[in-house]
Amino acid sequence: MSNVLPKPVLRLINEFGRLPGIGPKTASRLTFYLLRGNDAGLAADLSAALAELSENTQYCTACHNITEQNPCEVCSDTERDQQVICVVEEPLDVVAIERSRMFGGVYHVLHGALSPVEGIGPDDLKIGELIGRVQQGDFREVILATNATLEGDTTASYLQMRLADTAVRVTRLARGLPVGGDIEYTDEVTLGRALEGRRELK
Amino acid sequence: MKRERSYRTEAIIIRRSDFGEADRLLTLLTRDYGKLRAIAKGARKPQSRKTGHVELFMRSQFMLAKGRNLDIVTQVELIEPHRVLSADLVRATYAAYVVELLDSFTPEEERQVAIYELLRDTLGRLDTSDNVRLVARYFELRLLSLVGYQPQLFYCVVSGEPIEQADQYISPEEGGLIAAAHLSPAIRARQVSAGAVKVLRFLQTRAWDTVAHLQLRDDLHRELEMVMHYYIQYLLEKGVKSAEFLYRLRRETISLTQNQPLSNDSPNML
Ligand SMILES: [Zn+2]
Repeated sequence: MSNVLPKPVLRLINEFGRLPGIGPKTASRLTFYLLRGNDAGLAADLSAALAELSENTQYCTACHNITEQNPCEVCSDTERDQQVICVVEEPLDVVAIERSRMFGGVYHVLHGALSPVEGIGPDDLKIGELIGRVQQGDFREVILATNATLEGDTTASYLQMRLADTAVRVTRLARGLPVGGDIEYTDEVTLGRALEGRRELK
Repeated sequence: MKRERSYRTEAIIIRRSDFGEADRLLTLLTRDYGKLRAIAKGARKPQSRKTGHVELFMRSQFMLAKGRNLDIVTQVELIEPHRVLSADLVRATYAAYVVELLDSFTPEEERQVAIYELLRDTLGRLDTSDNVRLVARYFELRLLSLVGYQPQLFYCVVSGEPIEQADQYISPEEGGLIAAAHLSPAIRARQVSAGAVKVLRFLQTRAWDTVAHLQLRDDLHRELEMVMHYYIQYLLEKGVKSAEFLYRLRRETISLTQNQPLSNDSPNML
């Protein structure tokens, strides 16, 4: 294939192939879709969007979320409770929590989770920044909202230790039954944790 | 053992990665069919019945279906979740180390029940023991024996004479201890103290229940780790990722937290 195709085509196939979840076949299909130009302007729109992505986004120096302005909208919003931090792994987790409309505080994005298997240590994440922020700031509560995976759990327990000697209250998202979930079909780990996290009703 | 179209086996998840939109690709050490890879479909969706079961280090009863390339997980029933281990960074790091060694030393699809039982027991110990370093050393020596690399700790591998209670040398190339008098410059080896030799012999020949009570000084622990890591890395002809991670964790912990223990329950176990 490499001898037949022009260099720009090969280059795009290559670049697509670097994206997660995209193999060589999909990369070629996407490239040829753009090349045929059936969808007028798609290639141009896409390249403009990509250029804007790198030019007009930055990381908020307070919460490390991606933003157009620094500090980001959430961090500079005086209507929000600036004394409660919700710690998440990725920017998309912020989007998910915002969708719940149940949280009015600010965030801290770690950009990943600790993983001995992948070799991701505390210094690879925004953990030092979080500790510094909590020590220097005026916070009531830190909510650990890392994923309910092995990595998310180890990260949460590590943060809990690092925050142990601060005065701030540290909480972890509850783990329980998925809404619409049938007890009969819930796996026993989830069910066990839902039992542990049960709440007083009366 | 030949796998039927649909089969059942106890297994431990030793690797897992995301696959497609919602699936997980698992590497399983199965009790009956050795190491194999399988897909858990939909396992990343919270509503899936498999979700809570396809986490690293968990031991479960699996129902699998033979696929064209990869086998497919059809049912999982959890046996042992290792809850302490999976919420503690130090224990999880040791578990990652154990699993990485096992993965490096074992071929795919070869039934070895003793190795399966060693992993099962070791993960159980990492979940409950406060002496995770000892658990790791015991595992290393047992694994080396089971895969045919048992170090000779009682006789000099050059002269064949019994090894005395004194400082010695150990050579992975030659397969064990070498008395100082028989070491030649051509042999790659490192020094090992008489105290460390004693502990290594004890670990190699005793059951865990006896070994578990061993209390060692910190410097001896360090030496044993260095000796075993040296030995194993030579055999593998590569570094061990999770061992590097452990060193790094130590460095970062010392520089970041002067007096704060890294682990909830036993501050000195790192
Ligand atoms: Zn911000």
